[in-house]
Order: sequence, then structure tokens, then C-alpha cells
Amino acid sequence: MLIFEQSSNGRRGTAQAPSKLADVSSIPEAFRRKTRAFMPEVSELQAVRHYTRLSQKNFSIDTEFYPLGSCTMKYNPRACNALAMLPEFLHRHPLAPESLSQGFLACLYDLQEMLKEVTGMKGVSLTPMAGAQGEFAGVAMIRAYHDARGDTARTEILVPDAAHGTNPATAVMCGFEVREIPTDEQGDVDLVALEAAIGPQTAGIMLTNPSTLGVFERRIKKIAGMVHDAGGLLYYDGANLNAILGKVRPGDMGFDVIHMNLHKTFSTPHGGGGPGSGAVGVGSRLLPFMPIPVVDYDCDEYRWLTEKDIPQTIGRLSAWMGNAGVLLRAYVYARMLGRDGMHRVGEFATLNANYLLALLKKSGFELAFPERRATHEFIVTLKNQAKEFGITATDVAKRLLDYGYHAPTIYFPLLVPECLLIEPTETEAKEDLDGFVETMKKILAEGTENIKTLKDAPVTLPVRRLDEVRAAKKLDLAWRPTTAFDAPEQAAN
Amino acid sequence: MSNLPAELKYTASHEWIRDEGDGTVTIGITDHAQELLGDLVYVELPDVGRELDAEEACAVVESVKAASDVYAPIAGEVVAVNEALSDSPEMINSDAYGDGWLIKMKVEDGALDDLIDVDAYQAVLDDEG
Repeated sequence: MLIFEQSSNGRRGTAQAPSKLADVSSIPEAFRRKTRAFMPEVSELQAVRHYTRLSQKNFSIDTEFYPLGSCTMKYNPRACNALAMLPEFLHRHPLAPESLSQGFLACLYDLQEMLKEVTGMKGVSLTPMAGAQGEFAGVAMIRAYHDARGDTARTEILVPDAAHGTNPATAVMCGFEVREIPTDEQGDVDLVALEAAIGPQTAGIMLTNPSTLGVFERRIKKIAGMVHDAGGLLYYDGANLNAILGKVRPGDMGFDVIHMNLHKTFSTPHGGGGPGSGAVGVGSRLLPFMPIPVVDYDCDEYRWLTEKDIPQTIGRLSAWMGNAGVLLRAYVYARMLGRDGMHRVGEFATLNANYLLALLKKSGFELAFPERRATHEFIVTLKNQAKEFGITATDVAKRLLDYGYHAPTIYFPLLVPECLLIEPTETEAKEDLDGFVETMKKILAEGTENIKTLKDAPVTLPVRRLDEVRAAKKLDLAWRPTTAFDAPEQAAN
Repeated sequence: MSNLPAELKYTASHEWIRDEGDGTVTIGITDHAQELLGDLVYVELPDVGRELDAEEACAVVESVKAASDVYAPIAGEVVAVNEALSDSPEMINSDAYGDGWLIKMKVEDGALDDLIDVDAYQAVLDDEG
């Protein structure tokens, strides 16, 4: 039941009622409301119960395993929250002068430096407020680079077909045409097709490595050479950075620009809106085009770099400094790991994924790329179970919900039929991984015994199997009052 | 097993082509393609009059699982599109070779010669396993 439906005319939580109504006489009559905006009228206790119940229906990494492939749903250490919420940070005004913001600026500067070092890039800007904005910043810089050289005939961005859907969308947003590059049967980029696609029209290539197929692109240095020789640049989608953190650096692979999802790899909260942070790192070619502001340090004090310092910048992407609170959490996370801890992230993320992969394979699940070692995630395909028993990826995903697990990513990447993309992350214990495998075995047995058990799932959640077609076609997003009683026509004031 | 009419031509990217015998062809996606996509919820079609190159992306079909491009199997001019799909994209699921057609194109003589026949398309499907 929505809180609007609990509304009762005239009921209120006195604690929230303003003691005096604002004077609106300065607002011209024509712009004033004639009727009161309809707000739910409930008691404080009703409001508390409503939102507490909603929160209890929530699913989160704090309560259960969340193996959502390519999303890196790992534990967000409490210390990051606690320190980022120190009153000195919380109460800092974004317009506070640099002299009163040295501590805050020092944290951001150190975060820039740590990200530079761990990715092998020459500069980092923290300002993009989400992964998609980081991608946009990266490709906008590639465009600015070619434009600054008068090289305006470069109209194409190459994107492998295993890419995240955001990659082609970003290229189009930045005014490029997308050319898709196929993947070979081992999950690597098809080099013959790449060679044929590269030309004087190539502005760059967008790659995720490890790719969304959960395998490492082994010939990345060769690809980098091919694209650079043709005058193009390489963009690294940081979606899967967790797999290689501290072990391999995108800068060393030959990438010119990278976006990092701090809300994945650096463990800041995400899911349900984050907010995210899509910090970008650049090589020397793109340093002059970084989005502002960037923090600089001259061995004496920290200061903001703006368009005065970086005149060719692609500009601002947020009103102030990205999602500052998220950046602070990522800073604390990086400091807690330290140089030694950081490479263990990649190691344990990979170990956990391969452990899970081996057990699931033993339990009768087919791997999409059986000859490849998994990185931090891997793909199971149910195409045989679908043919033989009618067990689809959707069925398994829905049944997992009944057993208290978040479903893995399904039907992505599109290249693999009936697939589950599973990413355990480094923060799950062996016992939890074992529990997941037992549940997967159980679900498979249920499906082969009586497919109805799976087709009916979920049966333990507040809503049962949704009609996805109706949900997509008959959107019902806003509640509106249906009776006069629901929406009392009351004059303003 | 999905349904494959013998009189149609096909592409490896799962489009079907029917020669109407009057210089026009009708194009859609195969029963196998709709099966893979699942329930369709949205179809985006090209403008009538648009000149398409062979293998040019000309339509988008979106299901509850994925959005996918449809490619023009051969070059030609779009002379009609299936307007009814905007309200009822599920016709592609229920009748991929009939009511679920996507576009009609005017093409040159012999344009269909390079397309694969039903046996070759069946081989593509067998290959995909």
C-alpha cells in the first residue's frame, strides 16, 4: 500500500508542521497554486512504519549474497561511511575558500594520486558523477583531442560486440558513429575484423578488459598498437577493473583514457542509485582536456585547477566536485587497503570467481567459455537445460530469489544464450560461496524433477512472477487520486 | 524446433526475405530469432522512402530481455512498414512470417541471389547449437 493510500484528511505529524506559513506575496498571483499540493496526510508513526516496512523488503549486500555480474556488488566497509560523515566534511560548504578546505582537498588529491598509480595513468579527474558520465567524459576528451589537431575526419568509434550497452550509446552521444567488432569463439576481439575496420576514420576504440564475457583480452597490446598506428585512441571501460586491481594497469596496456566506477571497484555504495562516481584517468595525450575541477598541490597548499589552468578542458560535469561524499568513501577504502592490500582485491576476486566456476561446473552447469580461466566473473549457459527441460535463465534467477539470493545478471552479454553472469567479488567467504552452489544444485534438481516449481517462482516474495511485457508496455509509474476524498480541494494557505 | 518455411530466403543474422514477384520483397525476423529474444515489447521501423544499403541497421526490435538491431538483407528502398507492430509487437512472437513482417522494400532484379536458402540457414542454426 502506498503512503498516499493511507492518507486521511487533516491527519498530520505535528513534529513536521511548520509553525508559520511562508509569505508568498512576492510571487505574482498568476504563478501561485490555487489548490493545495496533494501530500499524504499520515501520523508520524504511520510514516515511520511505512518506510521501515519498505526498508525491510529491501535487498542489500548487507543482508544477502549479491552475485550480480559486471556490477561488482561488494561489501562497503563501515569505516568509509563513518569517516566520510565526519561533521567537518559534512558541513563544508562547496563555496568555502581553498584556505578553509585544505583537509578535504588533500583527501581528493591523494585519491587522484592513488588512482593514477594503480591504473598507470598520467592524470585523474574525479568530477564525473557516475559511470555513464565518466564514459562520456572519456570519449568527449578523445573528440577534443582530434579536434584540437584539426583531425576532424575521424568519425567512427570501434566497439566490440561484447561491450556494455553504454559504450555505443556514449559514442553516439559524443557525435560518433559506432562500428561493431565481432568476438571470436574464445571470447577475444576478432583481430581480422578489427584490422579491416581500422582506418583514417577511426577516432578510437572502447574496450572493457576483462571483457563482459569474463575473460581477459590477451592481445590487448597488439590491439593498442593497431589502433595507435592508425591515429586512434584507446578507451578503457573500468566496469571490470576489480578483476585486475593492483595486478595489471590499463596505462601499461596502452590505454589513453579510462573511467573507473568508484562505486564498484572502490566499494562505495551502489544499487538503488548510489550515487555513483565515474572518475576518469588519462594518458599524456589527453592531459590538456581533463574535465575540471582537478585538485593540484604545490608542496605548500592544495588548490582547484579550473579552466584558467586547463584552457582546453572539456569543461565541468557537475556543479561542484562530483559526488564529494562518495569520493571521500573511496579515499578511505583505498587508504585502508594500502598498496599491499590493493592487489589482493584482484587476486581474491579472481580466486572466488574461479572457485565458484569450478564447483558449478562439477554440479552440472555448462560454462560459456570452458577453456578460459575466469577473471572476476564468468558465464554459465543454460541452453542445454532449456532445450531438454525448459529451464530458462529467468526461471533460475527467480527461484534464487526464493532462497534469499539476489539473482545474477541474466541474458547479458547478448552473445550467450540463456546465460547467467556471476560475480562473487572478493568479499564473500568460502562458506557463502558453498551455500550458493548448494542452492544452485537444488534449483537444477527441482527443475529437472518438476519444471512447475521453477516456473512458479518466486513464491516467497511480496510479489510473484511479474508480467514483464505488461510492465514494459503499460507503464504505471504515478499514483493519482481517484476520488474527491483522496484529493481534498483546499485553497492555498 | 523452430518453424522454417522452405520458400523464403534467409540471412545468418536471422532475417527472412520473401520475394513478392513484383520487384518488392517482404522482410522480417525468423521464428528462431523471436524465440531467442522472447516477448517483444517495442519495434522501431525505418521511414518509408528511405534508401537502405545491404547490411545497414534499419530497425530495432526490443524484448523483455534485449534490444537488437535488424539489418537490411539487401539494398533497396523502403516502400512500406508494418505500422500495426507499434501497438502489437507481440505479432512477431505469434506469427513471425505472417502478421509479424517488418518492412517491404523495392529491390533490383537478382538482388536476392546472394541470400542463403532454408538449408543453409538451418546449417547456421545447427552451428549455433
